[in-house]
Amino acid sequence: MTSTTIAAPRDHLQAQMRWRWGEIAFWLATLLPFILAPDYLLLASQVAIAALFVLSLDLILGFAGIVSLGHAAYFGTGAYAAGLISKWGWGEPLTGLLLAALAAGLFGYVTSFIIARFRHLPLIMITLGIGLLLQESANSASWLTGGFDGLQGIHTWPILGRFRFDLYGYTAYGYALAALFVIFLGARRLIHSPFGLALRGIRDNSQRMRAIGAKTHSHIRTIYTIAAMIAGAAGAILAQTTETVSLEVLGFQRSADVLVMLILGGTGRLYGGLLGAVVYMVARDQFSGLNPQYWYFWIGLLLIAVVVVLPNGLLGGLSLLTRRAKAQS
Amino acid sequence: MSESALAARGIDKRFGSLIVAADVDLTLPPGARHALIGPNGAGKTTLINLMTGMLRPDGGRILLGREDVTALAPEERVRRGLARTYQINSLFPHLTALESVTLAVCERRRVAQTWWRRLIAYREEIEEAHQILGALMLGTVCHRPARELAYGQQRLLEIALALASRPKVLLLDEPAAGVPREESKELFSAIAGLSRDIAVLFIEHDMELVFRFATRVIVMVGGSILVEGTPAEIASDPQVRAVYLGKKQREYHRG
Repeated sequence: MTSTTIAAPRDHLQAQMRWRWGEIAFWLATLLPFILAPDYLLLASQVAIAALFVLSLDLILGFAGIVSLGHAAYFGTGAYAAGLISKWGWGEPLTGLLLAALAAGLFGYVTSFIIARFRHLPLIMITLGIGLLLQESANSASWLTGGFDGLQGIHTWPILGRFRFDLYGYTAYGYALAALFVIFLGARRLIHSPFGLALRGIRDNSQRMRAIGAKTHSHIRTIYTIAAMIAGAAGAILAQTTETVSLEVLGFQRSADVLVMLILGGTGRLYGGLLGAVVYMVARDQFSGLNPQYWYFWIGLLLIAVVVVLPNGLLGGLSLLTRRAKAQS
Repeated sequence: MSESALAARGIDKRFGSLIVAADVDLTLPPGARHALIGPNGAGKTTLINLMTGMLRPDGGRILLGREDVTALAPEERVRRGLARTYQINSLFPHLTALESVTLAVCERRRVAQTWWRRLIAYREEIEEAHQILGALMLGTVCHRPARELAYGQQRLLEIALALASRPKVLLLDEPAAGVPREESKELFSAIAGLSRDIAVLFIEHDMELVFRFATRVIVMVGGSILVEGTPAEIASDPQVRAVYLGKKQREYHRG
């Protein structure tokens, strides 16, 4: 009897972090493009890159409540770092990816000292400012970045010396997907750790966190640095698979897009961002095919519809549906 | 001067022209059960905010044990054993009671920065949190999110969160605020049952509870300490009767 009462509180926590069937199905489904839609593998790799980028934003926004409108700064830093490493003669993708992520992480760590001091509206302005600052710096440093013409001369070697990047995107998608999965595992571990709990505490009530002795600024600096590294990894994969980097990787549009994807899918659930990336990227592909000039019109409509009808995003709506279905049966 | 768990020495604080603390001296000996009373607007909560570091005093010093903590951030004071609760619930609405207290235990043990190990690997921390909740009659609802708990349970969770930091000094800002009378007696019994290693200072308006659970009473009026004494001394003090106890309406001195 005593042993059950002692084990019970842990059991409940353990049940929350168990792998669910839906999760396994999701990851199996990511393999489908190889079989069902080989013509769309390049799009699929773009989706995987976007998903990785959204994952990084979810860690700071969904879990720690840090709103950012300049997250492309870290994506772009990773992209340029990977591009430059390759341009300077080292085209090995895995080490390039790691170095690019570290570069973005370093920039994230430096900026996190400002980020940790603000919340809400001021934070939106500061992140926006960092994004604009970096984009204009990259624009004016054209000797390094290629400026408006973009970074040329990137060549990515085959992965592990075996898998060449092909025109159809087999390798590109496989590479992006593998990176997404590995980093996702890390992120999943993080949110179920004591640190993940502390982040949720900060999101819920940062004042109270201080009253239980938490160094909230230090927590925020840590997660912001980790998120910057992941965003940098996403940027690096884009640079390596497309073998080009343009100023657009640092643009406001990219920061806004990633935020839209996250809100569309649902914040603070990891999978919400992934789902949002899939829906957004596929919708953009379809809508821009229908009507290249006005496709943002449809995106806007979709965004309003989702937020009005499903305040917790697509995934929030989905879990509401399954709960209702369970309650009825 | 006798040994103190927490002491305020000559604390001054003003907001513009409004003086909220004027040369406040207060000593809390180890194991104390002191009540801080006074009409609304007397500066009681402000004094707690000053002592815990949520506000910075214009002058004076705060001593925790022998250490001067006046310049320390609130979280540093908590880490040194000074915990508080809030008059208005300040919880983690989406965390369960167990998660909330486990988080506080993890912060105390300096493991809350660990992101590569699973939370369930921290058996001792979870177990300790569960025991704290059990002792406060929250064991059966520990998997409910804080926002779904009954109001009285939320007040207890406030105290559980503070206890998880293993305080030497606990400042309770109207712990029974808004709780029905019968329940508030239970709540105060729980407070009275706390370890004697913890010095407790509580703000309370209900004089019956004050006289029952406090060994000493400090009366604050207009940002200064008017008088301090045993409950019997306070009850018979003519000054106190004049400004406070004689009035039926406790809002009398508001503004």
